[in-house]
Amino acid sequence: MTSQAPGLWPPSGPEVVFLLLGAVAVGSALLVVTTRQLVHAALWLVVCFGALAGGYLVLTAEFVAWVQVLIYVGAVVVLLLFGIMLTRAPIGPSAGLDSGNRWAAALVAVATAAVLVTVVVTGFRTAYAPLRPGQGAAEPLGASIFRTWVLPFEALSVLLLAALIGAIVLSRTDIRGRE
Amino acid sequence: MHVVYPVVVSALLFSIGVYGVLARRNAILVLMSVELMLNAVNLNLVAFDVWLRDRLHGGQVLTLFVIVIAAAEVGLGLAIVLAVFRTRRTVDVDRLRALAEVVRAPDSGRPDGEGAS
Amino acid sequence: MTAVVALIVLLPFAGAAAGLLATRLGTRDLRTRDLRTGDLRTGDLRTRDVGARTERAVYRRAAWFAIAPGAVSAALTVWLAAALARGAGISEGRFWSGLLPGRAEGTLTVVETGSVPISLTLRADGLSVLAGILVVVVALAVQVYSVGYMRDEPRYPSYSAFVSLFTSAMLLVVYAGDLIVLYVGWEIMGLCSYLLIGHWWEDRANSRAAVKAFLVTRLGDVGFLFGIFVLGTAAGDFRIDAVLRADIPRGALVAATLLLLAGVAGKSAQVPLQTWLPDAMAGPTPISALIHAATMVAAGIFVVARLYPAFLAAPPTLDVLGVVAAVGMLGAALAALAQDDLKRVLAYSTISQLAYMAAALAAGSDRAAMFHLVSHGAFKALLFLCAGLVIHHVGSNLISHMGGLRTALPVTFWTMTIGFAALAGLPPASGFFSKDAVISAVEHGTGPAQPFVYASALLTVGVTGAYAARAWLRTFFGPARIEPLAEPPPGVAHVFDGREAPPSMLWPAGVLAVPALLLGLAGSAAGVEVEWGPAAVSLAVALLGAGIVYALWRAAPEQDPARLLGPFRVPCERAFYVDAAYAALIARPVLRLARGVVRADTRVVDGAVRGSGRATLGLSGLVRLAQNGNAQLYVTGLLAGLVLIAVAAVVLT
Repeated sequence: MTSQAPGLWPPSGPEVVFLLLGAVAVGSALLVVTTRQLVHAALWLVVCFGALAGGYLVLTAEFVAWVQVLIYVGAVVVLLLFGIMLTRAPIGPSAGLDSGNRWAAALVAVATAAVLVTVVVTGFRTAYAPLRPGQGAAEPLGASIFRTWVLPFEALSVLLLAALIGAIVLSRTDIRGRE
Repeated sequence: MHVVYPVVVSALLFSIGVYGVLARRNAILVLMSVELMLNAVNLNLVAFDVWLRDRLHGGQVLTLFVIVIAAAEVGLGLAIVLAVFRTRRTVDVDRLRALAEVVRAPDSGRPDGEGAS
Repeated sequence: MTAVVALIVLLPFAGAAAGLLATRLGTRDLRTRDLRTGDLRTGDLRTRDVGARTERAVYRRAAWFAIAPGAVSAALTVWLAAALARGAGISEGRFWSGLLPGRAEGTLTVVETGSVPISLTLRADGLSVLAGILVVVVALAVQVYSVGYMRDEPRYPSYSAFVSLFTSAMLLVVYAGDLIVLYVGWEIMGLCSYLLIGHWWEDRANSRAAVKAFLVTRLGDVGFLFGIFVLGTAAGDFRIDAVLRADIPRGALVAATLLLLAGVAGKSAQVPLQTWLPDAMAGPTPISALIHAATMVAAGIFVVARLYPAFLAAPPTLDVLGVVAAVGMLGAALAALAQDDLKRVLAYSTISQLAYMAAALAAGSDRAAMFHLVSHGAFKALLFLCAGLVIHHVGSNLISHMGGLRTALPVTFWTMTIGFAALAGLPPASGFFSKDAVISAVEHGTGPAQPFVYASALLTVGVTGAYAARAWLRTFFGPARIEPLAEPPPGVAHVFDGREAPPSMLWPAGVLAVPALLLGLAGSAAGVEVEWGPAAVSLAVALLGAGIVYALWRAAPEQDPARLLGPFRVPCERAFYVDAAYAALIARPVLRLARGVVRADTRVVDGAVRGSGRATLGLSGLVRLAQNGNAQLYVTGLLAGLVLIAVAAVVLT
């Protein structure tokens, strides 16, 4: 699989696209965790998720990419925005979004990044995956889900139901716990 | 496509998510950071699925599942955050100190999250 | 015949067990609760109807448990004496073989110890039976007497059970055929003595006296035990016969007998361990009569007589014994002359008389010692019982509170007169004959200390006459100095309303007066010949002492004749400051050391413990700073640790 792998440099066309999308995703993710405006953070999250969806497309996982757009960009971010709104967060820059241990957090994050990058670079330097369009289309994925993975799929539906009920119970104030 | 590229991107995303979880005060921002970490994992899964050319598409299917679970998690997480906000009038994670042992000394100068409600 | 001996020993023991366990059986009603909440001190249960009735039943049952076994034991002892007198056994040619030639010995069981075996052996011969008769008779008399003396005493059942236990232990000593068995009885006696001295433990002084008696005798008992070990290992056997027959090297024999002497000095209250006996008078008067006058304190003398061949083979020990006896008899007699407490007078007199027996042993005559032991047991028990009657009547122990009791207590007066006559050695009372035997033995004795002992013995005869006359005159003659007290404090006997004590107390005294008066005649009839020369001398000396006191008293009946001691009176009253010296030399340094140890314990040992606890708390406080409730901090630490572990796993492998 790696026998006829081309060298890392120069990157091929899809790789260039992917790297650009990756740069956008990482940059917007950085903005998410550093911005001083709550709403901006949510919006940068949208950008990050969109870039990732593009990355999925480049990686030929087109169904996952659309699902990413639909659920993450469409649902999750909207939910988060609702959350921001409901907790009466101020619109505009607000101080004190970072807690006191941000330097320790930065240290740990940088160390984690260093370790992970070192590991994956050492481990997969020569790994090459030729891209074949169509293997992540809806049809093969649907076949796989409803044949092989149907049991986890059903379990997930139950989980979703449970989460639904749990969210309702948690957010309604007129349902009280047993005294 | 070299596997290194997506994998490195996902490692960086994951680390940024870690930073966000550890450094952000607002609980909703923490939730967003968790989403970042989950997405990093998703990118990993997709990349390895493509590389290994799994006939069962285990990686991509699992990605879908993770997305579903993430949606559920965000829903529950936000519900919890709202419940906390209702009782404590704050969603600052480092002011929710109920985990700390109650210090018996009366002159504890530490601000306590319970005082707000 | 061994079975009879075992029965004699075990019957009082069974009585004690029954008294301790069975007196309350079936009387479990209001009374138990009553007693628990009620006032134990005064024992005045007459006001409570139901309680008083059951108390009365318990009291009667305990009295039966106490008296019946003692009476059977006494009967069996008499039978044993008769059997031995018929002569069923080998005679060994010692002094008692003329009177009671018989001998019985039996081993019940042998305890293997790995080295020298212990054989549970009982033996009865003339010596044992002689002492045994004394024990059972005095014990029976005291038990009967106690029924009256301890009336309305809530702890009477345990009291009588302890007396029974003591009787059993003393009989075990007397009939023991093995040194270890003897030691068992010896220690149980010490225990009973402790328990009974502290009978009225509510008073702190009484319990202190009990502890003192226990500790001082224990000091001697350590030596005694090691003496037994030396004898047993040297002879390869603990049986008394084997020990006496064994060929023990002279050095070991001297060491063993000297060690035994320590135990004898402790138990018989000889110098230098005599200080516990006067304090032991804190116990009830019947106990003083039984344990601290007639039997237990005489056990030391008895043991020396029992092992007499071994002592005869160790002359240095006998010399030491002679010196100890000479110092003890004169000092104790002088102390007795100055005491104001009637029971303490008798206690010092007991020390002095025991020293007489020791002197006789040191001079080489165990016959005189045993003769005096028996007669002294009789008359001293009689004196104590009479003193109890007097104290009951007056409500005080002090002679200065007594006087003129001759008309109020005629029976007591006559019996006590017999006792004092025997004590002073006036004919025809028993003391005259036995003391004469002792003095002639001392006169014929050998050894470097003999002149000293003889002089001391003669002087003591005079002092004995003096203090006997003083106590007699001050108690029964002269003006009545005090009216009976209303309610005595606990620790002192109750006062009777009537003129004389009840018959249960008078009868034992009367019965004991008979041997106190006639035992000497019986002894001389049984072959103890009187040497009239020394007898006349000692009688003259005794009369001289008594006469001086009488003259002084006659001149001023109000005043204490003890004033003849002049400036020596205070030292005599304090028993020559021996207690103070012991306190300064031993007790106080030990206490100081103990305080130091306590301080070291609290400061150093406890300090280390507390300090380590405090250090742990402080350190944990430091560590607890990390646990501030911030979940983000926790997760930070968690992830940092994870990264570190991952790096370490890669780097280190």
